[in-house]
Amino acid sequence: MDNSLDMQFSAGDKDLNYVGKRTKRPDGVDKVTGRARFGADTRLPGMLYGKILRSPHAHARIISIDTSKAEALGGVKAVVTRDDFEDRESEFVPAGEMMVNYRDMVRNIMAREKVLYDGHAVAAVAATSVSIAKKALKLIDVEYEILPHVIDVCDAMTPDAPVLHEDLITEGVDPVPTKGSNVAKRIEFKLGDVVKGFEQADEILEKTFDTKPVHQGYIEPHACLASCSESGSADLWCSTQGQYLVRAHCAKLMGMEISKLRVTPSEIGGGFGGKTVVFLEPVALALSRKTFRPVKMTMTRDEVFRATGPTSGANVRVKIGITNDGKITAAEAELKYQAGAFQGSSVQPGCMCAFAPYDLQNVDVVGWDVLTNRPKVAAYRAPGAPISEYAVECVLDELADRIGMDAVDLRLKNAAKEGTQTAYGPKLGPVGFVEVLQAVKSSDHFKAPLGANQGRGIGVGFWFNIGGETCVSMSVNEDGTLTLVTGSPDIGGSRASICNMAAEELGIDVEKINPIIADTSSLGFNFLSAGSRTTFACGMATIEAARNAIDNMRARVAQLWEVPVESVIWENGAARPASSNAGEFDPMTLPEIAKIAPKTGGPISGHAEINAQGAGPGFGAHMVDIEVDRETGHVKVLRYTVVQDAGKAIHPSYVEGQYQGGAVQCIGWALNEEYIYGDDGCLQNSGFLDYRIPLASDLPMIETIIVEVPNPNHPYGVRGVGETPIIPGLAAISNAISDATGLRMTALPMSPPKVLQALKQAQA
Amino acid sequence: MQYEAPETLAAAVELLAGTSGQARILAGGTDLLVQLHADMTDPDLLVDIKKIQELREITNVDGRFTIGAAITGAELGEHPDVKKIWPGVVEGLELIGSTQVQGRATIGGNLCNASPAADVVPALIAADAIVHVAGPAGRRQIAVEEFAIGPGKTSLAKDEIVVSLSFPPRGERASDAYLRFIPRTEMDIAVVGCGISLERDAHGICTQARVALGAVAARALLVPAAAAAIIGTSLDAAALDNLAAAASTACSPIDDKRGTIEFRTDVAGVLARRVAKIAYDRAG
Ligand SMILES: Cc1cc2nc3c(=O)[nH]c(=O)nc-3n(C[C@H](O)[C@H](O)[C@H](O)COP(=O)(O)OP(=O)(O)OC[C@H]3O[C@@H](n4cnc5c(N)ncnc54)[C@H](O)[C@@H]3O)c2cc1C
Repeated sequence: MDNSLDMQFSAGDKDLNYVGKRTKRPDGVDKVTGRARFGADTRLPGMLYGKILRSPHAHARIISIDTSKAEALGGVKAVVTRDDFEDRESEFVPAGEMMVNYRDMVRNIMAREKVLYDGHAVAAVAATSVSIAKKALKLIDVEYEILPHVIDVCDAMTPDAPVLHEDLITEGVDPVPTKGSNVAKRIEFKLGDVVKGFEQADEILEKTFDTKPVHQGYIEPHACLASCSESGSADLWCSTQGQYLVRAHCAKLMGMEISKLRVTPSEIGGGFGGKTVVFLEPVALALSRKTFRPVKMTMTRDEVFRATGPTSGANVRVKIGITNDGKITAAEAELKYQAGAFQGSSVQPGCMCAFAPYDLQNVDVVGWDVLTNRPKVAAYRAPGAPISEYAVECVLDELADRIGMDAVDLRLKNAAKEGTQTAYGPKLGPVGFVEVLQAVKSSDHFKAPLGANQGRGIGVGFWFNIGGETCVSMSVNEDGTLTLVTGSPDIGGSRASICNMAAEELGIDVEKINPIIADTSSLGFNFLSAGSRTTFACGMATIEAARNAIDNMRARVAQLWEVPVESVIWENGAARPASSNAGEFDPMTLPEIAKIAPKTGGPISGHAEINAQGAGPGFGAHMVDIEVDRETGHVKVLRYTVVQDAGKAIHPSYVEGQYQGGAVQCIGWALNEEYIYGDDGCLQNSGFLDYRIPLASDLPMIETIIVEVPNPNHPYGVRGVGETPIIPGLAAISNAISDATGLRMTALPMSPPKVLQALKQAQA
Repeated sequence: MQYEAPETLAAAVELLAGTSGQARILAGGTDLLVQLHADMTDPDLLVDIKKIQELREITNVDGRFTIGAAITGAELGEHPDVKKIWPGVVEGLELIGSTQVQGRATIGGNLCNASPAADVVPALIAADAIVHVAGPAGRRQIAVEEFAIGPGKTSLAKDEIVVSLSFPPRGERASDAYLRFIPRTEMDIAVVGCGISLERDAHGICTQARVALGAVAARALLVPAAAAAIIGTSLDAAALDNLAAAASTACSPIDDKRGTIEFRTDVAGVLARRVAKIAYDRAG
């Protein structure tokens, strides 16, 4: 851990020139002109095209795979199957907020004993054209023994459910089961005594909710280009949230040394957590290693839906007790989360976040990680939290109604604050939840009148945010400009924020800084762009690197002036004498120092290698107005406001962008998005036509209110903002529908047929 | 795959009749290219009909409109006169897809793709349009409600081409409307569609009506009982109730990923009411 930074936050106590300003986005022009290169845009001479054969069954044993006819087809250069990937030991490693296991990963990228979901990869072909590759897939004979499958999480937990992994023994239960099942794990978080707590309650409400798995919905499908050399080294270009993790996973799966694999991230057309794992990359490497030719692979949208991670669907029971004056006395929840075909759902963070917005004495949360014949889930913004918070916030809203208390006041009364003991472990430091709720109450939106068939709802959310391993280096160029090298893919405008911080520290024009995102061989390890860590951690490393560059420049100037380095200070982009005692010298600006660098010791740079600690938790609230068409069940979103504590908005536009994007994803999740499976266990809506993410025309302008309660552990007070915005919305929308109709729907999505049915049932 | 873009109908028909393999007609391609990409079809011959003049014209002879099969949504929407007389037909075609799709998607393609949910078809049925077809044996006409015979199936022979759609002359106080229900606001497939064309007299009594429903059966339906419910009325509450009931009764939908039987049946009635009111107001 390296926390040597001067940790005073400067938000209020110093004039800031760049931090907090809406500077020009460095990657903006190339993105709007189409010049920016995304995953599918990299090409090499002699490149082959890879395609994957996917399982048409939800669950089947693979009896045999015959690739001989495909291999004989002209233009086919290589075919790989399970036999081309060595089996791996069971070993859990972090991928964002989730854990992955190499034994499972090797089976997910290429099925071994069994196919476990519709779309599971079974074989792959590299050929001289896409159409030859597609033809070759049809020539591969796979013999399957079809097995019964299970899609629903509660069904999967029953004793007679078809079992995906016969050797999976439930962890965390006593006694230890003797037989394998689909239940991978039980976890529990406890605080105080809920039995006593419920005894003190005047009102107790218990409800069970269902949510569907939803896809991250990134517009850019997975894509990569792999090129293996006879020397044993390899290059990989891909669209990812973390090139270093791709390197780690691929090196492990391919049995390579890490230094031999160089991974270059492309621009990324969305990830939202879904691009923290590997799918195509090891397969492309395996095909390239067989041919020593570059192999390009891109997924179709159908493949993205059938084979890449959605987030969990779940069944959640919540029970809350409350006094007549609005004090929560006890809170209990049981969360059953789908992991898909391999263990490792987001149930743990789901459990930890469930009641985290509140200052409670008595909490008991139990979580279950459950396997089903669906694609293995991947992280999706604040993995797990939107699901548990949806249930908690719906129950709280009804309780507020019962005791006749305003929903925001109820939350204010119980709000977590500095010193609150969380059920999952730590005591909270300074947090901005109360300030967020107060901002809700004083907003115009809160006071605006509603019309007929309209309703308003609110929901809140909490997310930890993380720091983690980060390297940054910067070179002071000979013309006085700066090249800033980070290893964190820019998934939401982080380049602009990082440049703002560097410019602020160095006191130079932000447009003199050119940021680049390095490949894995050009900079030390960086954790993923995930966990809302990038602006926080990469920002901290950037600040430290800038201060390191400043120290180097001060040393050069001290040498010129023939004074001790302490006698040179850095202010407004120039080295200056610390006081008149240090002597009378004209300030030397950064370009002036850069120009004479060869004479003062050579090139000047700054760098930092840190494991950033002290991420500040983020709290947010969503408020939404909707209108229900009582004859069709259609729900229209009329107005939506996101209020969230950013700590410090380094670049307000990209903070707002995070808030707005999260709200839109909530709207899709709440109203229309779901995976539709047939009785055969196959996915029926593997495209954007029938998997309905919101369209621009479905949305009002999403309003935002940025609250700033600084995180004392960051020089400018930054908290992560990338994930909290997807947590509060599901409940906010459900609460709004309830407000408009008097109905409490307990399953997502609240699509028109379901809303109409609920309205009809209420009428009958 | 062979691609041809003949400039005359005769040449197009000859190409279709002359091939031994599978041939497909290409208009805007917004259905066909999607099917090609999804490996749902693998034709030996593609006959692009966009260069044939007769398919690209809109004519008005004494108030009888004829719309070429290869007219796109954007073209129909920009035509100065059609929208005045047949606003429902125009809105049915203009609902398709997005701005980009509108530039390609044709009226004939929507009809010939024979989706039960095709948006312009209920409006065409309500408008009592006639389909003009050319083949090796010459020309023939088909009532639009008879054109599709099931999902993806039409009454065309393999070497026949839809040339145009023609519309009857219109009275003074006549109009039409089309609405569909989709879960979102655009870029979606109708869960239910309803087109109604009607005429009213000087006293506001509905004298003629045709009601058509889409996406509630294997093909778009003409529903005479629903029309009968409003003819002779001024669309009072009771008439609208009867209309809705008749529309719902006519439905024989399926449960699928886009909607349940119950939902489609209910919403068919709701849309029929709403559409009738719009057409009635437009006619006044
Ligand atoms: C993004 C998107 C959104 C869409 N949204 C909608 C929507 O909202 N509502 C809707 O109804 N449809 C929708 N569609 C489907 C499609 O756009 C329409 O059906 C369109 O009208 C088809 O016209 P086209 O000219 O593109 O047909 P093509 O794809 O060229 O042809 C469609 C079929 O008709 C045949 N065909 C075409 N013209 C003739 C002819 N003159 N004679 C004989 N056969 C012919 C073709 O062989 C083919 O089988 C959408 C499609 C896309 C890609």
